[in-house]
Amino acid sequence: MFSYIVKRLLWTIPTLFGVTLLVFSMVHLTPGDPAAAILGDKANKQSIADLRAQMGLDKPLYEQYFIYIKNLSHGDFGKSANSNEEVMSEFKDRFPATVELSMVAMFFAVFLGIGAGIISAVKRYSIFDYGSMFGALAGVSMPVFWLGLVLIYFFSVKLGWLPVSGRLGYEFDIDHITGFYLIDSLLAKDYEAFWDALKHLILPAIALGTIPMAIIARMTRSSMIEVMKEEYIKTARAKGCSRFQVIFIHALRNAMMPVVTIIGLMLGSLFAGAILTETTFSWPGIGKWLVNAVYQRDFPVIQSTTLIIAIIFIIVNFIVDLLYAFINPKIRLG
Amino acid sequence: MENLLEFIKQYKKNRAAVVGFIVVVLLLLTAIFAPIVAPYSPNIQNLADRLIPPMWDAKGVSSHILGTDDFGRDLFSRIIFGSRISLMVGAISVGVSLSFGLIMGIVAAYFGGKTDLFIMRIVDIMLSIPAILLAIVIVSILGPSLFSAMTAIGIVGIPTYARIVRSSVLAEREKEYVIASRINGSSNFRLMFVVILPNCASPIIVQATMGFASAVLEAAGLSFLGLGAQPPTPEWGAMLSDSLQFITTAPWMIFYPGLAIFLTVLSFNLMGDGLMDVLDPKLKDK
Repeated sequence: MFSYIVKRLLWTIPTLFGVTLLVFSMVHLTPGDPAAAILGDKANKQSIADLRAQMGLDKPLYEQYFIYIKNLSHGDFGKSANSNEEVMSEFKDRFPATVELSMVAMFFAVFLGIGAGIISAVKRYSIFDYGSMFGALAGVSMPVFWLGLVLIYFFSVKLGWLPVSGRLGYEFDIDHITGFYLIDSLLAKDYEAFWDALKHLILPAIALGTIPMAIIARMTRSSMIEVMKEEYIKTARAKGCSRFQVIFIHALRNAMMPVVTIIGLMLGSLFAGAILTETTFSWPGIGKWLVNAVYQRDFPVIQSTTLIIAIIFIIVNFIVDLLYAFINPKIRLG
Repeated sequence: MENLLEFIKQYKKNRAAVVGFIVVVLLLLTAIFAPIVAPYSPNIQNLADRLIPPMWDAKGVSSHILGTDDFGRDLFSRIIFGSRISLMVGAISVGVSLSFGLIMGIVAAYFGGKTDLFIMRIVDIMLSIPAILLAIVIVSILGPSLFSAMTAIGIVGIPTYARIVRSSVLAEREKEYVIASRINGSSNFRLMFVVILPNCASPIIVQATMGFASAVLEAAGLSFLGLGAQPPTPEWGAMLSDSLQFITTAPWMIFYPGLAIFLTVLSFNLMGDGLMDVLDPKLKDK
């Protein structure tokens, strides 16, 4: 197992190198002068030259890359060209919002996805099976931003049950201890704020969780069907195990392995999926921040956000691979 | 011919896939004959007719089936012309992904060794950044436009095709017919593209169909974010983005362009599912 971890860890080095190279090249691949692009049409030559010097663009390319990596290793991700704030500090302010949304979306996706998958597999070729599998395919085909808008229309505009946008009503003021409003409101014992934060989360989480839910449902179903054909399931039945025991204790545990892998892999992409959802719901996370940065050609923000999300993605994939290898000896020995 | 009849017979067994196929054909016809089908030009503004609801609404009029937008443009006509853009985006993006992915995958698998390692590292790096994020990075380099969105989606799709082609070619590479052809003196180029490739077509066709669906979805997403098609282009995602502020007053501006995206993507996915059943049943449970 140790040699597998080392081998797998070594593999991430060229990937990380490639990602930093890609992110670094972004500024240089942009047609025209990036400093001029950031400052806009009205900038004079002196201010462009100053910004070029400030961004280090007047140095040779290899030196720029070296400085970039050196700064990254110190946790220096540069300053936003727009707000002149440290990118990392702005990122830290927004990241909890995205993580909170992604986690609630994932909880919704896992809970309903696995449930639907199990019922479909157990009641194969029933109306429920056909319905949920068509629903899963529809879920994968759903534009999340449209689903978000339709949800807003019905549940916020028509019925008035849930808020249209944002994370918390203006009337609430809670201390930002963790940055996760659900936890912060509980720590402050402000249950009304908790309920309000939860209400703000419901619609964006459903919109964001729909595609993962559909994928998990399909995966659970096919995995359960495979497992239910195994000899040990027949043995369990022959031994007189109840239907509940056979499904939930003997079959589900073994069927969960590919499902757990896919859940892990989807965690990373959820952060990226949040970009569309956050724009739809004006959710103050990193996705919305990134889109605004693209409009404003704020390259330090685009570069850092991309890099950080990619690193998270790589780490999550690494952990998932290790877990998988831990559960399945064939991987680490093969 | 016999093979084709057998294929049709097998495909017809999946009713949902047949429905998907029919919708795709209708969509193609709509796109081709858009100027005939659409009652109005997609960009003609008529401020006197702004924000008219669909014809079945009490305030609706029969001359505007799905109503009008805030510039008085006919929504039905814009959606019909939008099908041209969506199909074009799908075709071009898949074309870009497929051509580069195919060459990368086939070269990696055929030559193996360091070539394989090098190409697959590039693929891994591309896959280490989530698709929509990588697309946004590319669009931010090229500047927001429909062309940038198509290029970005095309590039983002390359690694998926490269992986699929590579694994199929790896499975075929050592088969007897390939060895026989090599002994007969076939060049590497001939072996790769004439001898091996046609035998790897099934998973590639399935992926291309599914890839078409995701390209349409991603392009609509980028346009919704304002990073793809720009106004007044009748692109479905851009139409949704323009209608955000009218969610309370003119919800039809949101429903129908989104429904068009959903039905298009769903039809291609249903078709892909059906093709997978027939061409590559092993893939189905993966």
